[in-house]
Amino acid sequence: MQKDLTILNVNSPLSAAIMMSLETLRKAVSVESDIISTVEFNHTGELLATGDKGGRVVIFQQEIENKNYPQLRSEYNVYSTFQSHEPEFDYLKSLEIEEKINKIRWLPQKNAAQFLLSTNDKTIKLWKISERDRRADGYNLKEEDGRYKDPNSITSLRVPVLIPMDLMVEASPRRVFANAHTYHINSVSVNSDHETYLSADDLRINLWNLEITDRSFNIVDIKPANMEELTEVITASEFHPNQCNTFVFSSSKGTIRLCDMRASALCDKHSKLFEEPENPSNRSFFSEIISSISDVKFSHNGQYMMTRDYLSVKIWDLKMENRPVETYQVHEYLRSKLCSLYENDCIFDKFECCWNGNDSVVMTGSYNNFFRMFDREHRRDVTLEASRENSKPLQVLKPRKVCTGGKRKKDEISVDSLDFNKKILHTAWHPLDNIIAVATTNNLYIFQDKLTG
Amino acid sequence: MFTKGTKRKFSDPGEEPASSGDPGPAAPSAAARTLSSSYSLQRQSLLDMSLIKLQLCHMLVEPNLCRSVLIANTVRQIQEEMTQDGTWHIMTQALAAAQCPADRLVATEVLCRQTDAAAQAGQSPKPFSVVGLQEGYHSEEVVMEGDVETEVTMSSLSPLSPQLSSASYLTGPFEVGPCWEEEDEEEEEGDCEENEEEDSEGCLSDGEERDQDHLNADSRTGEKVFGTFEIKHPASPPDPALEELFSDVDPSYYDLDTVLTGTPKMGPYDLLESLSSHGPTALSSSSSCRSDLNELDHIMEIIVGS
Repeated sequence: MQKDLTILNVNSPLSAAIMMSLETLRKAVSVESDIISTVEFNHTGELLATGDKGGRVVIFQQEIENKNYPQLRSEYNVYSTFQSHEPEFDYLKSLEIEEKINKIRWLPQKNAAQFLLSTNDKTIKLWKISERDRRADGYNLKEEDGRYKDPNSITSLRVPVLIPMDLMVEASPRRVFANAHTYHINSVSVNSDHETYLSADDLRINLWNLEITDRSFNIVDIKPANMEELTEVITASEFHPNQCNTFVFSSSKGTIRLCDMRASALCDKHSKLFEEPENPSNRSFFSEIISSISDVKFSHNGQYMMTRDYLSVKIWDLKMENRPVETYQVHEYLRSKLCSLYENDCIFDKFECCWNGNDSVVMTGSYNNFFRMFDREHRRDVTLEASRENSKPLQVLKPRKVCTGGKRKKDEISVDSLDFNKKILHTAWHPLDNIIAVATTNNLYIFQDKLTG
Repeated sequence: MFTKGTKRKFSDPGEEPASSGDPGPAAPSAAARTLSSSYSLQRQSLLDMSLIKLQLCHMLVEPNLCRSVLIANTVRQIQEEMTQDGTWHIMTQALAAAQCPADRLVATEVLCRQTDAAAQAGQSPKPFSVVGLQEGYHSEEVVMEGDVETEVTMSSLSPLSPQLSSASYLTGPFEVGPCWEEEDEEEEEGDCEENEEEDSEGCLSDGEERDQDHLNADSRTGEKVFGTFEIKHPASPPDPALEELFSDVDPSYYDLDTVLTGTPKMGPYDLLESLSSHGPTALSSSSSCRSDLNELDHIMEIIVGS
């Protein structure tokens, strides 16, 4: 599955404050796989998990060249692969249940083993990934060929010794949380109490205890009594990183609701409603569709949250509900193409977004294998491309630019030349270092920033 | 492309210039009328596109609810605007009076089946691809964006009977009750819709005709927001191939409650028997249509709802 490793450089003409500084080394790990559907670093960044459309999970492990200087080049190599979900058939509805992994979320590490939650449309599973690098040797209970000796022939007691063996990584399903969702699960989020987690589908959000699989609590239900009146669905949901009673969920109408589980058992009534009034000059038939929020992520410090709609990324201060504090245009040049994008369904693409470790830079994907980074502190942004054709090994990766006007400069790409089949929906940022993982349709790219000196 | 912002009034060339108190545009100049009709054509094409998107179903995998809701809201928005413009009512009336030309598509039967993923993998997904339009039976293959392994085939019929009195309605993906139209003889502008995606020029020239033969809405109930299209439902012997194809389909699939709507509907066998009568030689008169209207209710809900 892992084909080859290509070493690429990342260069940015912007100042060193932006994560992609001049002296950067980037490694692209190209993994030919099924379509990647989710990417997630664990809490230390040592492990990177990807889920794909075929229900498989592939975990990469970081191997640092020199542990004393972790900012030097490190590699991500395949650590474990397992089949998380299989296609199923719902006999009651005569419908297939896709095995595609919609989300992976890591649990904080408590012991030697690693745990992650992976989910498809209907079922969440808790997987334990553990290492085995020793085995017991020295039993005197068996013959050479494996048959058990006659107990009467054994006259001495021999204690087996643990001897090293080749590292084996085992993944085993520890819990299966099934049959709690009528609609398609779009989000999973582990609570800061490390005991509970939420799962959200189009109309409902359930609260689970990680130990208990046969029951969950419904905490949000926006299903109308009469489905004819359905006009809004839940698109994403996340627990607050520090406050275990607080979570948010976003909707297809561009609103975010913050809920407090202490207020009531059913959190249909929000504590805060975040919504930006519409700009009347931009109004069109597609206004609602492009306002639909595809992803919501709290900042690491818990003071802000970021939302991604079709054309922009917005940063919200949790203390202010009526408008975001920052708005970044991802690909505003698509605004005049909305009808075509509606026709080919691209307007329904769900892009994710992510924060860097110190919440100073945010990143999201776009089309043509472009991805965008916005430096909040310095008010700068860059467009980069994840592609093998345009990046030779050890070559500087240069920023890209989309030409919107008439005259196209050299190296610019015109809007009409963009490939809308090459979309970057899933990106992830290492929680501590400037290492990012970017998933194109079939390939995973890992880019790293190497500091100078 | 759609112009931003202001809603255009439906300018009737016969009207006198607006009074001074009217904040809207004054005398409908030729330019204003052109602009207005261009806008309404674009709006109409968006409505057609949206309704087609709602029709196409993935019978083996549940449809994306978020996408369906957003499309339905768009349709609703268009319909509201057209109602305020007065164009909705005009279109309704025009359809009621319209005769059905022989080569007009009226019925769609939606079959969804899985295709070989490998075969599809090489294809770049494109939204609509009309294989060919001809009188009689034809099939249209559509590959939905992002669902490369699912191929949707729509088999359309051409009505040859000039009198169309069949049921025409289209319920939204969530609606349960029939969106019943009192006026008869409505047509679905099937081929022109599909043609639009390929060649909007050709369709624009037929604008007037399209307005007449267009998707109808149930204007009877204000709450119903979705347009309609009609189904021709001649009585013919069931297609054995179709029955065999769906012999394994669990009738409870059409329990829309768990999928999108509220109440269970008729099973697939009923549906297929009705639809399988849309064979290549379905030419019978519309007299049998009326008797099957109630059945069509259910059929269309199932088709559209799923």
